[in-house]
Amino acid sequence: MYVTISPKRSRREFVKKVKELSGQNLQLCYQCGMCSGNCPAVANMDISPRRIIELARLGLDEEIAGSKTVWTCASCLACAVNCPRGFDLSKVMEAIRLLTLRKNIDHIRPEDISPQQRCELPQIAMVSGLRKFTG
Amino acid sequence: MSAKKKSKNPAKTAVKEKRQIAAKLVPIYIMGKRYEVPEGLTIMKAMEYAGYILIRGCGCRGGTCGACGTVYRKPGDYKLQVALACQKTVEPDMYIAQIPFFPANRALYDFAGLTAAPEEVFKLYPEMFRCVACNSCTKACPQGIEVMDAISALKQGNIAGAAQLSFDCIQCGLCTSRCFGELAQYHMFQLARRIYGARIVPRAEHLAGMVKAVNEGRYDRFLDELRQVKEDELKKLYQEREVEPMTAGEDWKPKDTRYL
Amino acid sequence: MSLAYYPGCTLKTRARNLEESAVASMEALGFKLDEVPRWNCCGAVYSLADDDLIHRVAPVRNLIRVKKQGKTELVTLCAFCLNTLKRANLLMREDVEKRNTLNDFIDEGIDYSGEVKVVHLLEVLRDDIGWEALSQKVKLPLRELKAAPYYGCTLLRPREVAIDDVEDPTILREFLKALGASPVDFPESTRCCGSYQVISSPDDIAEYARPILNSALSHGAEAMVLTCPLCDYNLGQGQKELIKKQSGFREMPLLYFTQLLALALGLGPQVCHFELNHGSPEALLKGKNLLSQSRSVQPIGG
Repeated sequence: MYVTISPKRSRREFVKKVKELSGQNLQLCYQCGMCSGNCPAVANMDISPRRIIELARLGLDEEIAGSKTVWTCASCLACAVNCPRGFDLSKVMEAIRLLTLRKNIDHIRPEDISPQQRCELPQIAMVSGLRKFTG
Repeated sequence: MSAKKKSKNPAKTAVKEKRQIAAKLVPIYIMGKRYEVPEGLTIMKAMEYAGYILIRGCGCRGGTCGACGTVYRKPGDYKLQVALACQKTVEPDMYIAQIPFFPANRALYDFAGLTAAPEEVFKLYPEMFRCVACNSCTKACPQGIEVMDAISALKQGNIAGAAQLSFDCIQCGLCTSRCFGELAQYHMFQLARRIYGARIVPRAEHLAGMVKAVNEGRYDRFLDELRQVKEDELKKLYQEREVEPMTAGEDWKPKDTRYL
Repeated sequence: MSLAYYPGCTLKTRARNLEESAVASMEALGFKLDEVPRWNCCGAVYSLADDDLIHRVAPVRNLIRVKKQGKTELVTLCAFCLNTLKRANLLMREDVEKRNTLNDFIDEGIDYSGEVKVVHLLEVLRDDIGWEALSQKVKLPLRELKAAPYYGCTLLRPREVAIDDVEDPTILREFLKALGASPVDFPESTRCCGSYQVISSPDDIAEYARPILNSALSHGAEAMVLTCPLCDYNLGQGQKELIKKQSGFREMPLLYFTQLLALALGLGPQVCHFELNHGSPEALLKGKNLLSQSRSVQPIGG
């Protein structure tokens, strides 16, 4: 994967916002890949968690916005408990999701869930899904 | 008013006093603009006094139709209060705005096809699960309904509970106007009450039996007899009719058992 | 002894089997699960944003209700709810500023600063009753049923809410041994079932379930033991898909830990509502002669 890094493309505002919302120090990550190794959803992701953190650290929000990684994350916290630096990736994923949701851009609409699913799903699925994917 | 100025004619005094009392005006702010309106008027009458002609946001004027939902605030207080414009009397320096209609989502459904299963409500109003239990809806309800509790009941699949809790709902829409999750609570409750009434509440068997008896003509003879009776006799019959006493037990029977 | 109990919405509908078997079992053990009055949905997931307060209101409101009752401990059955309530509780204990703001907003009459302890029923069984004492109450030992304990995410992550060791949990193993079952450990027992991804990507659920179920099956499991209704749904649906996708895939009964508890205490299948379970557990349990009512005490492994 080729990414062009330049001061012009690096969005300081984005990095600042992600740090604020997640409370995490993006500089802690040393790209060891434990997170990607433990992630149960990594097979469904186009950009792995490890790469997302690097992109976030560099402020490359366009690449992140173009990927579906943060929307494929299930907040299982396997990454967070296994990170050798104690860095909480799940919070960074949430921060990136919120930067979109808080602009009133939802990831899913309740009406897109099939009526059959709405009848069968346990309520915790509906509540948690709508919390993570709608603003 | 000093004794000297009292007129010798009490009727004139009464009229003069009445006019002076009626003339007391209080300031209110309707959508930010200041008006002076007579004290003691309801918000609705005050708005009309100020010159507003209400063709929407106005209905039964009796506190039951839910058309005149109003939000107001007192100076120095950040809290928003709610009321029905036709019921609430004006207070000095009230800041008033109305929410006569709120474009809340209402699901379309064919009621005949609905069962009493809780999933019916989940299917029609999936946005119900966006509730965050912030309680803003309860605070916004002019009828004092525990709106948050009723939504909670719906989420738990308890349609009967939601129907009972929302019994006093007048569909004013103020709850939805304040809802963080953008739920249309009053539409959801109406669905719950409809399902409750049509599918959950047990049918009164004695009523069904009675209707059947009437339709079969069991009472035709008695009605024909009464139709022949003259007015005076009818009045006498009515006044002397036997009434079940308040303290009657389960096995009380009237003396005249012809109609049983 | 009465315990303040938080059910959660799902336990009143789809997961009645989890609740009823739990209530009956705890009663047999001398505990009454008292539902918290006027409880509301806890929100299911814990918001991970540092500035988010509105999503903490729901769990905190429930904790306030427990405090108002004068109780100091809250028991949950649903692992998802445990996670949310426990993390909200920690926030109220540790973050003074957020605590004050939340207390101001949630005007329930009293302030809350984390006085209540949030526990899962498994912790009550382990810490308040003990495995030794539990095994003595077993009337129908589970005949070495090869049950694979599945923890999922929410009981063990993040570390501050874990009810057991994060890497190598043993609580369900001890529980199953106390009941006379034969726990089957397998490496994927803490792997996520997919959680809320079932809403946005329902087609991915089979792929979440595949490594978990295959691992359990290859280690010899006859059934899987769960604590969360969402895991139950995702794994149950996943199994149905995998039967079509993976040749030779065998569907396995998915049971709640409280259903096994109820059977082992001799309460019979009526309180278990097996008709709500995935994977047809009745066939397996009948084959092992575990569906009859209470029997006389039999020595474990005897």
